[in-house]
Amino acid sequence: MFDDLDFEGYTCPVPIRPDDTVVLGHGSGGSLSHDLLRRLFLPELGKAAPRALDDSAVVVIGGERYALTTDSHVVSPLFFPGGDIGRLAICGTVNDLAMIGAKPIALTCGFVIEEGLPFEILQRVAASMKEAADEAGIYIAAGDTKVVQKGGADKLFINTSGIGKIADGVDISGANAKEGDVIILSGTIGDHGIAVLSAREDLGFETTLESDVAPLNRLVEAMLSVGEVHVLRDPTRGGLATTLVEISEQSNVTIEIEEERLPVKPAVKAACEMLGFDPLFIANEGKLAAFVKESDADKILNAMKKTKYGKDAAVIGRVIGSGKSQVRLKTAIGGTRLVDMLPGEMLPRIC
Amino acid sequence: MKFLDEYRDPAKVKRLLREIESIVTRNWVIMEICGGQTHAFLHHGLDEMLPPQIELVHGPGCPVCVTPLEQIDKAIAIATRPDVIFTSYGDMLRVPGSSKDLFSVRAKGGDVRVVYSPLEAVQIAEANPDKEVVFFAIGFETTAPANAMAVLQAMNKGVKNFSVLVSHVRVPPAMEAILGSKTNRVQGFLAAGHVCAVMGFHEYPPIAQKYRVPIVVTGFEPIDLLNGLFAAVKQLEAGEAFAENQYQRAVRFGGNESAQNTIRSVFQSVDRKWRGIGLIPQSGWGLRPDYAEFDAEKRFDVENLLAQESPLCIAGEILQGMKKPTGCAAFGRECTPLNPLGAPMVSAEGACAAYYKYHRISESNVS
Repeated sequence: MFDDLDFEGYTCPVPIRPDDTVVLGHGSGGSLSHDLLRRLFLPELGKAAPRALDDSAVVVIGGERYALTTDSHVVSPLFFPGGDIGRLAICGTVNDLAMIGAKPIALTCGFVIEEGLPFEILQRVAASMKEAADEAGIYIAAGDTKVVQKGGADKLFINTSGIGKIADGVDISGANAKEGDVIILSGTIGDHGIAVLSAREDLGFETTLESDVAPLNRLVEAMLSVGEVHVLRDPTRGGLATTLVEISEQSNVTIEIEEERLPVKPAVKAACEMLGFDPLFIANEGKLAAFVKESDADKILNAMKKTKYGKDAAVIGRVIGSGKSQVRLKTAIGGTRLVDMLPGEMLPRIC
Repeated sequence: MKFLDEYRDPAKVKRLLREIESIVTRNWVIMEICGGQTHAFLHHGLDEMLPPQIELVHGPGCPVCVTPLEQIDKAIAIATRPDVIFTSYGDMLRVPGSSKDLFSVRAKGGDVRVVYSPLEAVQIAEANPDKEVVFFAIGFETTAPANAMAVLQAMNKGVKNFSVLVSHVRVPPAMEAILGSKTNRVQGFLAAGHVCAVMGFHEYPPIAQKYRVPIVVTGFEPIDLLNGLFAAVKQLEAGEAFAENQYQRAVRFGGNESAQNTIRSVFQSVDRKWRGIGLIPQSGWGLRPDYAEFDAEKRFDVENLLAQESPLCIAGEILQGMKKPTGCAAFGRECTPLNPLGAPMVSAEGACAAYYKYHRISESNVS
């Protein structure tokens, strides 16, 4: 019946992928986002140096080093288990400052509000921002509000910018990973992404999973007080995988992590298995990955475990070589594979 | 996690690998049909742990990869209409048509929504009576029952603004197409466990007998995959060729009869084009005439839309196991998941995407 089928003659088409429009994947934190940054924004607005890709910029004022950062927050739904857009907006910027070892000082916030948003919602968001700011020990120094007509924005967007001071002797950057460094993760991965997804998509999971959104500056202070930290990064959009790939590229090192050592909550693991997601790529909002000097690793890990947001901290791998940027994963069954960024949005499997 | 961790036990993996090593005496080419299995092999790093005599080739069991270009073009044409809410499984949004993908339709203002179940699409239709809601019903036997159920539900509820763009494909005709090809290298099959959970494996004994190939129904976890390979190698080494089931916790010989009845009540066998392969007779499902009113192709008059596939990527050879993704000159260079030249690089289940994502480790060791 199929004798006349000759596969050699059949080929696949070469589609023309349009490259003239922003798609949602450009905001996923994966390689599409990087592409946008490298091709469009950095040539116009920044120097394409490795440090330009850290969580905060370093500015020198009067001989002192300050960290400066900005972050816009869009999340649907505005309130999700374990947090809301207000807490997210404060923690996101506090954490960006903390990830280069700065002590956060002050924040500004800008609100873009869609016409029709009830005051009650704004009030709850503002209260949540105050609570998070108090917890982090920072103050909100300035703010701005803009209202757009119905449909001009999705309910509420918040931008926060922050400034922090970097102490003498602290030098933390994604470009500082060194061969031999031990990699410590501050806790379980994937909690935030799955909590928001299950709230948004109404997946009907009977789970009590909550977002991990939290300010990490006190955790970082505890770490810096006991040992030498080379790299800090909070694995937000794009998850831990993207963070590690970024660091391997910035520092030009080979990273090896072990699947068995990655802390993942059973509910996150189950949701990922069902949807065909990988916890390595799911967003976190209250976790950090640290590359630390090998001889200080135990001290730093112990100090982390004594803090509120580091009690589940674990060593997950190390930097095994330099001169080649690569992230390897030793699988639970004893195999090895590479880890890469996601090209765009993570999509649920079909079957 | 129960029902999962026991199938990922490193000690059992080692033991099964040793058992396979102990019986294999020569080279064998074995195809895993399903893209989910391809990804599982690479995700766990299992492919690199196998004895060198076993060559895995990756089959056409990736619904996104084989959905023909013109169906994608039809989807794009429908989704672009302002009166339409176009719903789809997420993975299809990235597949390039002749000139764009569904993501860019959405970026330009089209109402394209990802759904987790086709029944959600029916709900969207009920909630938006002033819009036409179309669901992109693609996939193998695994997605067919739920997609058929959506049509039944729409009919029973009298939801008039719902329709489906159907591009269903079936596994057994593709297996026969591969085996009957002059260039076939496949000596044994790992049959797709989830397809068999629906359809059973009563279609396979005649194929195993006719083409003298072992066909082993196989699951998706490392232990399942190794059990499947072990069974296939045992048959090959013994010169035997029959259909057997290594995925007994999910698959019965007759399959899930109520799911099959649901499929049959809505769909009928039709000729279907496979992207990268071509037309395979009676290899797909289309709507029965009784359900023609739910046919989006008719409703939006895109039935005669044809697409010209230009010959540059080797997806055809990859999808039927003649070549590995790394055997393609464009792989990892001109063709990446970000800039896919062919469907196997697009889909999460596509062989090229799996190689790109996980497999550069061996190549990078060589260089």
